[in-house]
Order: sequence, then C-alpha cells, then structure tokens
Amino acid sequence: MESLDSYRQEISTWLEANCPRSQRLPREGEEPVPWGSPEIPKEAQVWLERCADAGLTCPTWPTEYGGAGLSKEQDKVLKQELGRIGAQLPGQSFGTHMLGPVLLELGTEEQKQRFLPDIIHNRVIWAQGYSEPGAGSDLASLQTRAERVGDEYVINGSKIWTTGANRADWMFCLVRTDPDAPKHDGISFILFDLKSPGVTISPIELISGASEFCQVFFEDVRAKADNLVGEKNKGWAIAKRLLQYERTMISGMGTGGSGGAGGVVKKKRVAKRYRSMADIALPYVGERDGKLADPNMRSLVTQNEMDTLCFSLTMKRAGEEAKAAKGPSHTASMFKWYGTELNKRRNEILISALGTQALGWEGEGFLDHELQQTRGWLRSKGNSIEGGTSEVQMNVIAKRVLGLPD
Amino acid sequence: MALALTEDQQILQSTAREFVDATAPVTHLRALRDGKDADGFSRDVWGEMAKLGWAGLTFDESSGGSGLGYAELGVLFEECGRTLVPSPFLASAVLGGECVRRGADEALRDRILSGVATGETLLALAMDERPRFAPYEVETRAEKAGDGFTISGEKRFVLDGHVADRLVIVARTSGNAGDRDGLTLLLVDRLAKGVTVTRTQMVDNRNAAIVKLEGVQAEAVLGEVDRGADILDPVLDRATAVLCAEMVGLMTQAFEKTMEYLKTREQFGVKIGTFQALKHRAAEMFAELELSRSVVREVLSAIDDEGPDVPTLVSVAKARCSDAASLISQEMLQMHGGIGMTDEADIGFYLKRARVSELTFGDSSYHRDRFATLQGY
Repeated sequence: MESLDSYRQEISTWLEANCPRSQRLPREGEEPVPWGSPEIPKEAQVWLERCADAGLTCPTWPTEYGGAGLSKEQDKVLKQELGRIGAQLPGQSFGTHMLGPVLLELGTEEQKQRFLPDIIHNRVIWAQGYSEPGAGSDLASLQTRAERVGDEYVINGSKIWTTGANRADWMFCLVRTDPDAPKHDGISFILFDLKSPGVTISPIELISGASEFCQVFFEDVRAKADNLVGEKNKGWAIAKRLLQYERTMISGMGTGGSGGAGGVVKKKRVAKRYRSMADIALPYVGERDGKLADPNMRSLVTQNEMDTLCFSLTMKRAGEEAKAAKGPSHTASMFKWYGTELNKRRNEILISALGTQALGWEGEGFLDHELQQTRGWLRSKGNSIEGGTSEVQMNVIAKRVLGLPD
Repeated sequence: MALALTEDQQILQSTAREFVDATAPVTHLRALRDGKDADGFSRDVWGEMAKLGWAGLTFDESSGGSGLGYAELGVLFEECGRTLVPSPFLASAVLGGECVRRGADEALRDRILSGVATGETLLALAMDERPRFAPYEVETRAEKAGDGFTISGEKRFVLDGHVADRLVIVARTSGNAGDRDGLTLLLVDRLAKGVTVTRTQMVDNRNAAIVKLEGVQAEAVLGEVDRGADILDPVLDRATAVLCAEMVGLMTQAFEKTMEYLKTREQFGVKIGTFQALKHRAAEMFAELELSRSVVREVLSAIDDEGPDVPTLVSVAKARCSDAASLISQEMLQMHGGIGMTDEADIGFYLKRARVSELTFGDSSYHRDRFATLQGY
C-alpha cells in the first residue's frame, strides 16, 4: 500500500512536469489524435515521445522491451492520475492493444526485441489482415495463401476491411499455410512489411464518406519465415486471442471511452454523459414546463441514458469480479455486442432529435457538430459489424456463457 | 462503492440460499395458496428468518438489530426472490421499520423495532390511494384533535396490511392531493377504534389490504407534521432498491430454469437450444439480467454510502428491473411452450410475481419520467 502511495506521488509529479497543457482537458482546439495519424500536432508529438521514453505508452509491458513494467495496481494509479489532470495516454494503437500483447504472450524472444520497441514509440503503425472478401463472420474460411519457399513465405490473396492500411507500415496477417487441413487447422499468423513488392492498397469509401478501411491485394509478396508467430498451422488460436483484445477495445469505444486505451476519466465521463443527450436535444426539441417538449423523445433519451449507465456499471463490475476471481468475468463476452448496439441506438435517437439539421452532408446551413452527428450516425452502423457482428457475438454468448448446444 | 460481492456477502448469500431452498422453495408458496392459508404466509418461516437476524438486519443494536447495510439486505432479498418466498420482510422490516427508525423518538423507536426485529411485531405502510403509483396523491386527512390527530380516509394496496399490528399512515395535514408538502406520517394501532382492514389477495398470492380509517386516533406522529415526505421519499427509495434486489433473484431463477429447458427439451429431433432464434433471445435476456444486477448493486452500495445520487439510481434500477423482469418472465413462459401455460409448472408464479413487482413503487414508465425530472429535463 505504502509503495502504491509513493508511486502515486512519483507519477503525479512526472505528469505535472511532462504533460503539455494542450494535452489536458479542457482541451484547447485540437481533438485527440486517432490511431497513428501522420498529422500529429507538435505538442501531441512531444507528449508521445516523453511517454514512450518512459515506457508509459505500454505501461504494463516489461522494461526490457521498453515498457514501464508497472503492476496492475500501479497501472490503475497511473490511469487515475491521468484522469485527474484530464489527459490520455498517447500513441495507443493496434500495436499497443492487439499485436503487442499477443507477441508478449506468444512471440519468440527475437520477435519481442524486434517489434515491441517500435510499437511503444509509435514508429511502426500496424494493420490487421483478417477479413477477406469471402471470409467475414466465418473468418476461419480465409483463403489468402502463404507457401514456404526457402526461408521465406510467398503470399497471394486479398484482405478487406483493413483499418488504416493506407497509413500503416506493417501488417499482422492470417494466412492459409495448409490448404488440405480442416479450416481451423491450416492457418498461420505472419508479420510483413506493407511496402513489400506485390502489395496493393485501395481505400474503401463508406456510407459516412470516410474511408478508414482498405482492401489490400497480395501478389507474390515475400515475408521472412521467422516473422511467423507461434507454430505453423496453429495460427487460429493466436487469431482468437488477438480478437479478445480487439473486442475489449471496441466495446470501450462504443461508450465514448477510449477502450482498452487509457480508460480515461471514467467517473467524470459517466457523470458528464448523464445529461449530454438531453443537452444536445434540447435546442432542437424545445422545452415545455422545464421538460423536453416531446414526451416520447424525452422517454427515448432517458432510456438510452439509463442503458448507458447500466452498461458502464456492468463493465466496472466485470472488472472488479475479474480481479476478485483472478480470471475474466463471463459478463465480458457481451460488451462488444451490447456496447455497439447501444451506440447505434444513441445515434438514431440523436438524429431524430436534431431533425432536418441532422440531414446535411456538407457545406452551408449546418453547424459542425450537426454534420459530425450525421457522419457519426452513419459510421456507427459499422460498429456492430467490424470485429465480429452482433449476431456472431450473440452466438458466442449462447455457446460459451449460457452453454446452449450447437 | 463495490459492485462485486465481498467475501462476507458471499457467505451471507450461500447461508441464505441454503435456508430458502430448505425452508421455502416454490412448493411452499404453492402449498400456502392451495391450502387457502388465512395469513398467506407462514409465521413459522418468518419467525425463523427473524431468528437468523434478517428482520432487524439494518436496525441499530439498541433496536435489536445488527447494524448491517443495504448491500447485505439486498443479498437476502435476492435469495428470497429466487424462490418467491412470501413474507412480511419488505412491509415490516423495510417500509414500516424504516419509517419508525427515521421518525419515532428514541424510546418508541427501540420499543417497536425490537419487536419487529424478533418478528413478533408486524408493521405496514398505508400509502397508496390510486391504482397507479403516485405517492403524493393523498386525500386521507389527519385533523388536529387535542394533543394528537384523528385520521379519516381509505388506503389501498397496503402491502401485508392484513397482518400488521401497527400501521404507518401517510395522511394529508395541509395542501391538496399531489402536493409534496403537507403530508404527515402517523403511527396507528391496528386495534384502534375506527380501523377496518380487509385482506386483498393479489395475483401473485402475496397479500395486501384495504385499510379504512374513520376518525382514528393516531398513536404518534413520525417526523414532522407536514414534512412527512422527507421521511417517505428515502424510505420508498430504500424499499424500491430491495424490491429490485428481489426482482434480480426472480429473474436469475427464471432465466436459469429456462436455459435448463432449452438444453433438455427436444423437438424436430434436436434440442431446442440449438435454434438460433432462441439463442439470440437467450443472449438478450442474459444482458438484461446482468445490467439489472449491476445497477442494483450500485444503488444498494450508494444507499450505504449515503450518496447524493440514490434517488436517480433507484429510478434507473427500478425501470431496468421492471422491463427486464417483464421480458424474462414472458420469455420463460413462451420458451416453455404449452407447459408454460399450466398451473402445474411454476412458471406462472414467476410471471405473476414479476408483474406485481413491476407495478409496486412505480413501473418503468414512472421511473423514466422521474429520472428525467431529477436530471433537469
């Protein structure tokens, strides 16, 4: 306990000295930097470098790979102290939240030494090569092939829905290394440079106008054999492990949190969001006798605020129970599904509340936040598809948690 | 605020579960109903519950209690909810007991609550006058008469009022129906002149009463005259929170029984649990139940911490539990098919109790409105 207090003292002094004012709430002007965007504002870059040098972009990773080597308890103190000054951990990425933990668990010593420091310093941006045009919900039916030729694998095929591939440097990728084995048994997990010859990346434009996803084509792309993680043909287990990390991250994003990243200002965020939907709706819906003028809208807003609170409490409880039981709470399996569906409902209600002001695409006649709401509504539709559809998530709950038969 | 049960609470939970399973399984409720029991609950079982320290769990030691919190009380209500134990626990220990604890002077408080804690004295709160929950819609009047008050009016849906030795009456001493101000809580002896109590049997085999008051002399004023709502509000919040805990127990049992059925019942040559249409509905029930459980834990611990957000959390919890209990009890019946409609299966008991709990202390529509009002929109 005493050492935790001294850690608190130490980290709060460090944050005070190293976190630029512009990187704290209330934020002045700029929005937090999304996954590895190349346009990192200057002070954000300073903040990132300072944190990375101290290992704090990956607080619980061992110091030998450049992490800060914090215990779970110290990590919690760090998050609390960040929350206190309204700051977030910089440089959070697919590398820090998905590939990194997998390498720490299952990578070779050489792989850890080679890849982890660059993740910590945000020097290499990773893309996730999972879905394929013919393998979405049924991921294990993937067809991208990797054939061993000498000390290399030669990769042919295509990946789709690859987030930020056009901005990424490397890819962690699921490939079929044994086409004759049952579908779960012939898959391997391999890493390669996206600048390699034979890689073609084309962004996909979404209904929201954004194009954060890409389709990536591979034509005789060569990857070193020692970039294969785990055993050959045993990649499916690694793929699933990584998906667990991904779902935790996405479910957190669905509630406006920063997911596995940061866990920022949880308490404050909940308290703030308590009123936010009504606050947003009020200028559009109007007020009568101190209430939102449309009673049905008032009820819908309330239902969503209540759902959000109950959901946040359930995530908090799962955390406490996991700690007490020293193992994951079975409740956690519903987070991805419930969080994203909740976020979709929230967006639908807000579009209704804003009325025709939520129907603009761009240009004159609409406020920034109205246009953002419109795009956000369209973007939220993907939340319950990416990272495993809601339907697949519900099947998982039925099977793994409720024990219903196949 | 702890959302996971502590080790002590887990022990309390398993002791309670053992007791409830052994002493008052659902067959107990069925036997009381079929035997047309005069009280509608077993005084022996209630006596044993009191002996275990349940009735006085949250009372001070000077009142014969153990000074534990609502988090612990909630654990007990949840276990009672699993097998639908009929008892005056809510009416006497929480509704009546909390009014006396908060409103009576020390001597009267300790005297009455000591009896409540041993189970010998039963209390009830006579509040409702309308079919839908509206705690300030009170027309029953109390008039000043000498040193005390005389009360006239009619109360309905007085939970376990048929067996109460003393009644806490919510009466109007000033203002009009609907006003928060002008309410006064008065203690009345069941045997006082002018009190008529008529038992009403509810659909869930629990009991309530119509209480007629004709110029009844009050035994004492609880709290301040005209400021009765200052006691009534927090008492109702606490009673609602433990009722929610009971509903979580009911839902847990209903859900588990339904999952068992999906794993054993065969149609078209396969277990019906293999059907995706049922799997997805099962997942939804699971989420509703887990969300209910979380918010109920939160509200119970907020009560123990005397947090400022208790009223808001109570409304979130009651709205959620009402909707979830409605969903789960109806799905339980539907997924059991024909057998679900029969009296022989216990499913109907769960459906009926869920519906009564839903309407007790305000349904989800009442609490959504209250939440929005508390949040200022």
